[in-house]
Amino acid sequence: MPALIDIRRRIRSVKNTQQITKAMKMVSAAKLRRAQDAMFAARPYARKMMEVLNSLATRARPDAHPLLQEHGDEKVLLIVITADKGLCGGFNANIIRAAARFLDEQQRGERKLELDLVGRKGRDFFRRRRYRVRSEHIGLFQALQFPAAQRIAQSLVKSYVEREVDRVHIAYNEFKTVIAQKVVVEQLLPIRKLEFDPREPPLDYLYEPSPGAIFDEILPKHVEIQVWRALLESAAAEHGARMAAMDAATNNAGEMIDRLTLYMNKVRQAAITKEIIEVVSGASA
Amino acid sequence: MLLPTKLMLDVVTPAGLLLREEVDEVIAPGALGYFGVLPGHTPFLSTLGAGEITYRRGSEKSHLTCFWGFSEVLPDRVNILAEIGERAEDIDLARAEAAKARAEGALKAIKDEAGYREAQAALVKALTRLAVARRHRA
Repeated sequence: MPALIDIRRRIRSVKNTQQITKAMKMVSAAKLRRAQDAMFAARPYARKMMEVLNSLATRARPDAHPLLQEHGDEKVLLIVITADKGLCGGFNANIIRAAARFLDEQQRGERKLELDLVGRKGRDFFRRRRYRVRSEHIGLFQALQFPAAQRIAQSLVKSYVEREVDRVHIAYNEFKTVIAQKVVVEQLLPIRKLEFDPREPPLDYLYEPSPGAIFDEILPKHVEIQVWRALLESAAAEHGARMAAMDAATNNAGEMIDRLTLYMNKVRQAAITKEIIEVVSGASA
Repeated sequence: MLLPTKLMLDVVTPAGLLLREEVDEVIAPGALGYFGVLPGHTPFLSTLGAGEITYRRGSEKSHLTCFWGFSEVLPDRVNILAEIGERAEDIDLARAEAAKARAEGALKAIKDEAGYREAQAALVKALTRLAVARRHRA
């Protein structure tokens, strides 16, 4: 039978851990709220841009733009967005698994696969293995800002136009609800057919400089916005995942404390009973 | 058809909605020069350069900076999608001054064309911020 003091020590240690997980949950909740706000704030811009693209697509020569043209199928680039930090349940593992599976599926023949990595966790994983990493972006999520997305998107657009890559995909965690994330792998380039809304009658705009020129300018921006959206979704999903993980950890610690306390009391009682028996049997002797 | 008498001005950036206001006139930096919009304007779509957006409510004028993007003009609405934008009162004068000095320094030490364009863009940004902030304060 273990000594009482050992059990007490154990309880104290679990309590300390519980306090830490509780604090981390609180921090994640606050960060989640901010990440969600940023996500909602970016929506009007994206929505408006989609509207403008739609109205343009009907009158510009949409197939002529280099970002819409299909090249060969030899060089595939995958962007993987993970978190910089762990302790968020299966968040990083899920995305890494999905990315690795995607790469396996794509690997055939002489096809060249490359990776762009966002987030430290993904970087650590893919660097240790034999993957070709084109670029990595660490620490973006500490202060996530639009120029970061722009830099990534602009390098993609440049490589695509110069035909260094034939296809670009992006893998990230989509924010479903606070406790649910969904791993998505989407094609970014060439831009798949735009989601036109046929119900809305196209307005007759005056264009300045010209529909084609505006179209040319908006398409790269469209890529920037897609990357930006993926980053924001991933950031919100990360905090949601961490919050859920830390909530579960706090609950588990609570259960463990209850169990240990019960055990401790049993041990204590047993010790007392033993002492009484000793006294009684000593007296009757 | 009755012409609208007011314009609904929306300025959005990727970081969020910057401004939503009912105004009488908007002047924006189009790619081919500044253009003014009064209520009842014909539908119009233009890319934007770097410059300032001025909007008027009654006789009261306000200013915003705007760097690249595009605008959609409808008879009763102006939607501006700016990549970067800020209100005149939010501009940090000291920071803009510092950025200007930095950009000027970079312009003198040019090595390649990309560097030149970058420095020039930074300078335009700093100068616009300064101009808008001064106008606001004046």
